[in-house]
Amino acid sequence: MDRMQILLLLAMALFALGLIGVIVRRNLLVMLMCMELMLNGVNLSLVTFAQQTGTSAGAVLVFLIFVVAAAEIAIAIPIVLVLVHQRRTLDADAYVDLNG
Amino acid sequence: MINSLLAHLDTALIYAFALSAFVGAALMLVLRHPMQVAMALISTMVFLGGIYGLLGVHFIAAFQVLIYVSAVMVFMVYVIMLLDVRDVSFTHRFSRWLFPGIAFGTLLFAALGYGLVLGVDRLATTSASFGLAQFSAAFLSEYWLQFELTSVLLVAAVVAALAVIKGSRRRDRG
Repeated sequence: MDRMQILLLLAMALFALGLIGVIVRRNLLVMLMCMELMLNGVNLSLVTFAQQTGTSAGAVLVFLIFVVAAAEIAIAIPIVLVLVHQRRTLDADAYVDLNG
Repeated sequence: MINSLLAHLDTALIYAFALSAFVGAALMLVLRHPMQVAMALISTMVFLGGIYGLLGVHFIAAFQVLIYVSAVMVFMVYVIMLLDVRDVSFTHRFSRWLFPGIAFGTLLFAALGYGLVLGVDRLATTSASFGLAQFSAAFLSEYWLQFELTSVLLVAAVVAALAVIKGSRRRDRG
């Protein structure tokens, strides 16, 4: 295995671990951080592919993902603040009545 | 001699950073306090930044540290300090989806890994790396529309955040 495969494997592992974290953890903030971990895994795979093919498209996409991550946090944190302000808990199970 | 040693050092450092990033990500699943999880995530991001630097994409490494670690995660750590709620999510870390979640994640990883093994021969390996100048030219000439769309997205995010806060305030008053 060369190092590109190792890095792609790491990217997959980060994505899978982030997904597991979103599913199994109860804390809203921890779930948000696990989503960030998934974005990081995707970023790593994009950078690896961009390096491998010598094109800049992957790097451009990484920058766009940075912006999306910043926008996601900028919206998610106020929503979490409002939710906690209303029910005084970070437990995701306390908000099951929000599903449609 | 020294050059070949440095090349090996490069690869060894990438492996070490990859292992550390994986350990940090795995710790995120088991640590109890959100602040410890945030520290594990920050260490993972810093190690990923190190990997980007070693791969030769220094500007992405810089932005990984500047945007992710210093903007996004500082914001996150601040909110964790603000909301230090010791509730049921603190005493019981895992939801009832613990085993299905782990099974699904392992299955996903296995499927992706199988795809990687299958597609190994098709991975073209060119050593042609790209620099910041090439990236910037492509960014502002080829991808200008996406660049503008992200600025619209950022404005929409700011407006949405303001709307969320304002809506909750109006509900408090009314």
